[in-house]
Amino acid sequence: MGENPRADGPNTRPSPLVIALLVSVFVVATCGLVYELLASTIASYLLGDSVTQFSTVIGTYLFAMGMGSWASRYVRDGAELALFVRVEMMIALVGGCCAAMLFMLFPFVASFRVVLYGIVFLIGAFVGLEIPLLMRILRGRYSFGETVSNVLTFDYVGALAASLLFPLLLVPQIGLVRTGFLFGLMNIAVAIAVLWLLPKRSAHLADKVAAGAIALLLLGGMVGADWLQRWAEDALYQENVIYAVSTPYQRIALTRGNGDLRLYLNGNLQFSSRDEYRYHEALVHPAMGRVAHHANVLILGGGDGLAAREVFRHEGVEHVTLVDLDPAMTRLFSSSSILTALSHGALTDPRMHVINADAFGWIRTSRERYDVVIVDFPDPVDYGVGKLYTDSFYRELARVLAPHGIVAVQSTSPLVAPRAFWTVATTMEAVGFSTRAYHAYVPSFGEWGFTLAALDDIPQTARILPGNRFLNAATEQRMFDFPPDMARRSVDVNRLDNQSLVRTFASEWAAYDN
Amino acid sequence: MTISRRGVLIGSAGVAAGAGAIGWQMLGDEAPSATLGGADVARGHRLRDGRFPESSRTEEVGIAIVGGGVAGLSAGWTLADAGVDDFALLELEDEAGGNARAGRNAVSQYPLGAHYLPVANAEAKALHHLLERLGIIIGRETDGAPRYDPYQLCADLQERVLWQGKWHEGLIPSSGLSRRDRDDLSAFHSAMEAFRLAVGNDGKPAFALPMAYSSSDTAFTALDVVDFASWVAAQGWRSPALLAHLRYCCRDDYGCEPDQISAWAGIHYFAGRRGWAASDVADNVLTWPEGNARLTRGMASAFPDNIHTGRTAFHIARTNDTVLIDSFDVASNSSIRTVARAAILAMPHFAAARIAPELVGEAAGFSYAPWLVANVTLDRPPAGHGAALAWDNVGFVGESLGYVVATHQDRALGNAATVVTWYMPLSGGDPAAQRRELLSRPAEHWRDMVVADLLRTNPELDGAIRDVALWRWGHAMVRPTPGFITRTAPAARAGTTPPLFLAHSDISGLSLFEEAHYRGVDAAEGAMRLLGHAHESRI
Repeated sequence: MGENPRADGPNTRPSPLVIALLVSVFVVATCGLVYELLASTIASYLLGDSVTQFSTVIGTYLFAMGMGSWASRYVRDGAELALFVRVEMMIALVGGCCAAMLFMLFPFVASFRVVLYGIVFLIGAFVGLEIPLLMRILRGRYSFGETVSNVLTFDYVGALAASLLFPLLLVPQIGLVRTGFLFGLMNIAVAIAVLWLLPKRSAHLADKVAAGAIALLLLGGMVGADWLQRWAEDALYQENVIYAVSTPYQRIALTRGNGDLRLYLNGNLQFSSRDEYRYHEALVHPAMGRVAHHANVLILGGGDGLAAREVFRHEGVEHVTLVDLDPAMTRLFSSSSILTALSHGALTDPRMHVINADAFGWIRTSRERYDVVIVDFPDPVDYGVGKLYTDSFYRELARVLAPHGIVAVQSTSPLVAPRAFWTVATTMEAVGFSTRAYHAYVPSFGEWGFTLAALDDIPQTARILPGNRFLNAATEQRMFDFPPDMARRSVDVNRLDNQSLVRTFASEWAAYDN
Repeated sequence: MTISRRGVLIGSAGVAAGAGAIGWQMLGDEAPSATLGGADVARGHRLRDGRFPESSRTEEVGIAIVGGGVAGLSAGWTLADAGVDDFALLELEDEAGGNARAGRNAVSQYPLGAHYLPVANAEAKALHHLLERLGIIIGRETDGAPRYDPYQLCADLQERVLWQGKWHEGLIPSSGLSRRDRDDLSAFHSAMEAFRLAVGNDGKPAFALPMAYSSSDTAFTALDVVDFASWVAAQGWRSPALLAHLRYCCRDDYGCEPDQISAWAGIHYFAGRRGWAASDVADNVLTWPEGNARLTRGMASAFPDNIHTGRTAFHIARTNDTVLIDSFDVASNSSIRTVARAAILAMPHFAAARIAPELVGEAAGFSYAPWLVANVTLDRPPAGHGAALAWDNVGFVGESLGYVVATHQDRALGNAATVVTWYMPLSGGDPAAQRRELLSRPAEHWRDMVVADLLRTNPELDGAIRDVALWRWGHAMVRPTPGFITRTAPAARAGTTPPLFLAHSDISGLSLFEEAHYRGVDAAEGAMRLLGHAHESRI
């Protein structure tokens, strides 16, 4: 390099600049491969079909590198070092932000693939430019053979480091978005180090400022990665996610928008604050209003406390036992003020006893008797939840029910899944319950169904509390009328060893969703 | 040159740091602990090679049972159930149960070997009686059909098979099969259904379970002469999918390849089971986290004081009216002579032939399949594309038989830790050579094989495998080679006369709980008849 006043010849000590450049080959190679892997992985996550995504992303990237190498022929002699720094800064910016950009743009852009391959091409072209530039910068330091050897050695070793670090350390430990920012920071660190080692010239001031700005942006990304992730999730839910957590059992997400508070478990809507009163009044009051005595109430599921809120509106309730699997769920709904406002503090009521357990195992060991049991489990989407709708479970339910007690079971939609809906009544009857099915319209869910069950006859009418928004004596009676499209079907008893409900439910909802 | 060396050194430091981090990560995540267990080889081999002290004590007993596996425990349970108390069961290991023993860790109990029992056939009367007493059959329908405890019947989903990257419900893939595959599978199943319903010229079912109830019509017993693979080929069935399925089934039930067993045994797997039960559970199985240890412990709990563990019977002789059993007592390091009026030999036949050569006859023709079983503790349950996690999870092709989820019956919701039991018969060649390999390779070798096989079917388990508890069964199953069931086994049964009674699934030729139980009950009833104990026969 002619412009360097301390040009080193062979057999003299390497300048810090040369060392920095050689280390930068290693860093650049590592970063380059990491960006390529990031883009492939995110494309596989978002678009599926990992073979296609990896293949096309890698192909595009390698082609772009070739284009970058080819373009290097147009770089003037003597301008290599300055350009190298700028290329490094561009890679830091585009590569560092690529993971975050891809995640955030996905819900918004019509043709995501154009964005994806555009970003990949940009990064690839810059990386392709880097290596020829470095070789030209270093060629004055070493013989041609040694330059090629040094540069390519660090290049390939860096590639190995990246390909091992990515699956073993980076993805599991710090996540995709942060990995992008982290390697962007490494790129910008190389640029800044080289800038600093260059002979002092005011011409580099603009570069230094730009490099500093990029470094700050990337640092901000590192810190704000969680916020970015949530923002991307908002776009998925079409509402503001105000809380989201992954527990050992499920993904809990709360959203709020236009005065509507919604709870999602694993992406499935559990309630909307606009119409949940319809659901919970229909779930609780027909059962509560049909027993003379309801001092001791059991709620299975319903960790949001909204069924409990309706239970506590009845006079004479002395004890409520609520069994919900997930402690994170009941803790959230006991502590957050907007949620306790919705449940009227039902979960922290002194008469409330919350138990975090799998109801299937818990009920087999339960020795108490309950006057009313409210069963509010998630829909039977898998074999684990499906157990809670089997004859074996209902046999235990019959055992814990007080004489003249009554049970209400949320039983999915009788309109969308009539066979699944009537499986609940059929299964309960198989273990000695008499049943009466009913349904209500809940706008955010659609037409929804419930099953009343008792060991003796179920009274025709119920005492309905004044002050309900949805249920009165007249609407209550209408719920028991089933038009032909929801009328009773002849179905199998749901047992542990056949789980017919899980299969029926899946096929009926699949037909509806298509 | 100092320049480049220095440059390389600086660069290498970075590489070394990166490699170190990776290495640490790999050590931390990739090497689950491994333990190695198995039948007590030292005690077993001492029988073959060692010398035992002369018996220094003598005990007298009405009936002696030698061997505390399923057959011996079934014999003991039958005696206890008939009100007989004057008997002693001698077991070589420290715990009775044989192949049905179980282990446990902080996560779950798990089987070391046998892990399920199919819903029993109508002819298995003695087995129904046992299952009733153990609370597994909980009632009867008006037509007498047993009603099984729903918690002990295998919960849905029972089986899934991995095929072309996707899990399918059942043991045969539901898609991706050629027309040839579908035709041959359909023809095979029709043929097996015909055998299932076939009745011989003596009015007995062609294939029964227990097998002793099977017809002796030569139209069917002739199938014992040819090997199963040749018989299948002779039917013109060449579908790769059918052959893969048959290979899985033969290795699952017999630890053998299709060309190693007789066609009678191969067909029996598909045609011998006609489960009899209320509601449509006839094809289901009974299973428990601890596997068949539920059954052996249930039986043993009826007569705990009659069971003597750590007793290596090393010589059996007879006088005019008694049987003399010399056994080495590990606890007292001395030998004891048991003088019995009748003796039930409920150990593997090769062992019986060794310690009572003049009474039992030789064990030529008896060979045994070695098995490796691994109980793998996982931080989270296996997943995968397609069908959800089942009780039995099988790769359609491969050397292992896949894995069974020990926690399936009471699986908690969510991603709790679990134990899966991984099975592999060493069926590829001469059993003795395979057995030597099984016993000589170190734990790490087998652990690596188990981990690689699990990650092949369930790559998402990478980093979630915490522990691999290996169990080696040198003589896991008797091999029903061609001619064994119609010639070798009957000859062995005929070679022993009262007051000695043989009781082991070896003398059936099918290593199944039903067979061991039947032989145990049969021997116990024979001994009771000889000694004049009143009892109701359930054979």
